[in-house]
Amino acid sequence: MSASARRVPGETRARPNFIWRHLIEPYLYISPALVLIALVMVVPLVIGLSYAFQSVVLLRPSAGGWVGLANFAQLWGDARFWRALNNTFWWTFGSLVFQFAFGLGLALLLNTQFAGKRLVQALVFLPWAVPTFLTALTWSWLFNPVIGPLPHWLAALGILSEPFNILGDPALAMWGPITANVWFGIPFFAITLLAALQSIPGELYEAAEIDGATPWQAFVKITLPFLAPMIAITVMLRTIWIANFADLIFVMTGGGPANSTQILSSYIFTTAFRKLDFGYASALAIALLSLLLAYAVVLLALRRRFVRI
Amino acid sequence: MARRTASPLLSTARYLALAAYLAFALFPLYWLVKIAITPDQLIFTEGTRLFPSETSFGNFAKVITQTDFLAYFGNSLIVSLGTAGVTTLIAAGAGYAFSRFDFAGKRVLVGIMLVTQMFPLLMVIAPIYKMVAALGMLNSLTSLIVVYTAFNIPFATFLMQSFFDGIPRDLEEAAMIDGCTRFQALRRIIVPLTLPGLGATLGFVFTAAWSELLFALMLINSNDAMTFPVGLLTFVSKFSVDWGQMMAAGVLALVPSCLFFLFIQRYLVQGLTSGAVKG
Repeated sequence: MSASARRVPGETRARPNFIWRHLIEPYLYISPALVLIALVMVVPLVIGLSYAFQSVVLLRPSAGGWVGLANFAQLWGDARFWRALNNTFWWTFGSLVFQFAFGLGLALLLNTQFAGKRLVQALVFLPWAVPTFLTALTWSWLFNPVIGPLPHWLAALGILSEPFNILGDPALAMWGPITANVWFGIPFFAITLLAALQSIPGELYEAAEIDGATPWQAFVKITLPFLAPMIAITVMLRTIWIANFADLIFVMTGGGPANSTQILSSYIFTTAFRKLDFGYASALAIALLSLLLAYAVVLLALRRRFVRI
Repeated sequence: MARRTASPLLSTARYLALAAYLAFALFPLYWLVKIAITPDQLIFTEGTRLFPSETSFGNFAKVITQTDFLAYFGNSLIVSLGTAGVTTLIAAGAGYAFSRFDFAGKRVLVGIMLVTQMFPLLMVIAPIYKMVAALGMLNSLTSLIVVYTAFNIPFATFLMQSFFDGIPRDLEEAAMIDGCTRFQALRRIIVPLTLPGLGATLGFVFTAAWSELLFALMLINSNDAMTFPVGLLTFVSKFSVDWGQMMAAGVLALVPSCLFFLFIQRYLVQGLTSGAVKG
C-alpha cells in the first residue's frame, strides 16, 4: 500500500501498480466473502448435487452407494412430483402477479408528495420486516373459521357460502399461503420500484407535458421504459425466491390437505426431513434448480431483446 | 418529486388507495396484537370482534416469566446482531472492490453470486448439517452466525456496491493524490459518506437473520441455543398451543426487526436509487 501512497501529484500509474490494482488489491477486499461463499455454499452445493446420484438415507447408513440415475427414474414416475410441480407453478405465479401489480401501484402512489409521506412509507413497508413464521401464524389465525374473522367476513360479503375453512379445502387451500405471501412481498417490489422511479429525471415529464402528452402516454412512453431494467431483475429474483420459498406453506398447511398445497420445495423438505431420504430430495432439488435456471436464461434473453437501457 | 399539481379528484383517489393499502398492510399486525392482549377466556368467544371487550397483558407476563422465550430472545439477538455485523463488514469490502476496481475474474464472481441466489436451500442443508455435525458445532450459535453470514453476503454485497457506486470516485482519488493511502481515504472520506448504506445493509441482514427458520431448525436442537422462530414453532407442541401466549411471544418477536426496519427503510430507497438502477 505504501507504493501507491508515495505517489507524487500528477504522476502516472506505474507498471507494478497495474498488477497490484487488478490482481491483488481487489481480492484483498473480496477474499473473506469468497472464502465463506466457497465453504458454506459452493462445497455443500457440490456435495448436495452428488447426493442425487446416491442412495443417502439418514439413519440407514447401509443404504449408501452410487445408484446412477435411479433417483431420477423414481422422480419421473412419481405422481406427487408432478402434482408438486404443477402446484409450484400456481404458487409462484399466483404470488408474483399480485405482488408485482400491487407493488408497482404502491410505488407509483408513493412517488408523489403528500402530507405524512415519511410515516406512510415506513408503515406500508412494515410487512417485509415481519418474520416469516409470524406471517404464517397470523394468517392461519385470520383464516381459521372458528376463531378468525376472514371466513365470517367473506361469508357476510357473499363470497363464501358459509364461513368454512379455506385452508382445509383442497380446491382453495393454496389461496391461503398465496394471500400471506402477497401481503409479505408487496413491499419488496414497492421499495425497489420506488427507488427506480426516483431516478427518472423530472425534466422528461416536464418536456412531455409541454408537448401535450396525457398522463397515460407519459406513463407508457417514459415511466415503463425507465422501469424496465429494474422490473426485469426484480421479477427474475423474486420468481426464484418464491419458487424456493416453502416456509409459509410449511407452517400454514404443511403441504395439505391431500397434497393440494405441496410445492416442490416443501416436498423436498418433507422428503429430506420426514423420510430422511436425502438422495431423492437432492434429485428433486436438481429438477427444481434446472427449471429455475432455464427460466432465468429465457428471462435474461428477453431482457436483452426488449430492454434498451 | 412532484411532477405536476394533480387535480383534486386524482389526489383524493390517491389518498383513498393509500389508505386502503395501509389498512391491508396493518390489519394482520393489528390482529396479532389484538389476540395477544385479549384475556385467555375471551380469545375464542370474541374471535371475530374487531375490538376486544377487555384487554390484559397477562399473556406477556406469562411468556416472560414462565417460558424460556427471554432466553430465545437473547439467542436470536446474539445471532442476528452477530450476523448483521460480520456480514456488513465483509460485504462492504467486497462491494467496495466491485464498485471501484476492474479486475480479472470480476464477471465470473458476479455470476457466481447471482447463481447462489438461485439454487434451492434444501439442496445444501443436508451437506451443511453433516459438515457442522462433523465439526462438533451443532447447537452452537457461532455456526448459525457463520452460515447466515455466508447466505446473506451475495445480496448484501450487491446492496453495498450500489451504495458505493453512488459516491463519486473523484472524492477518494483527490484524497489519495493529496497523500492519503487508500485505507486513510476510505476511513476519512468514504466510510462517513456511506454510513446510511452500512445502516441499511445492517438492518436488512438483521431482519433476515431474525426470521430465519430452516437452518435454525436443522442446526439447533437444544433448548439452550434455540432461536426465537424455532421456539415459537415448538410452542405448538410443547405447550399445547396456548394461542394467547404464542401471539404475545410473536409480538415480542416483532419488536426488534420492526425497529430496525423503520430505521433503515429510508436509506434502502436512497441506496437503491443511487446505484442499482444504473447496473
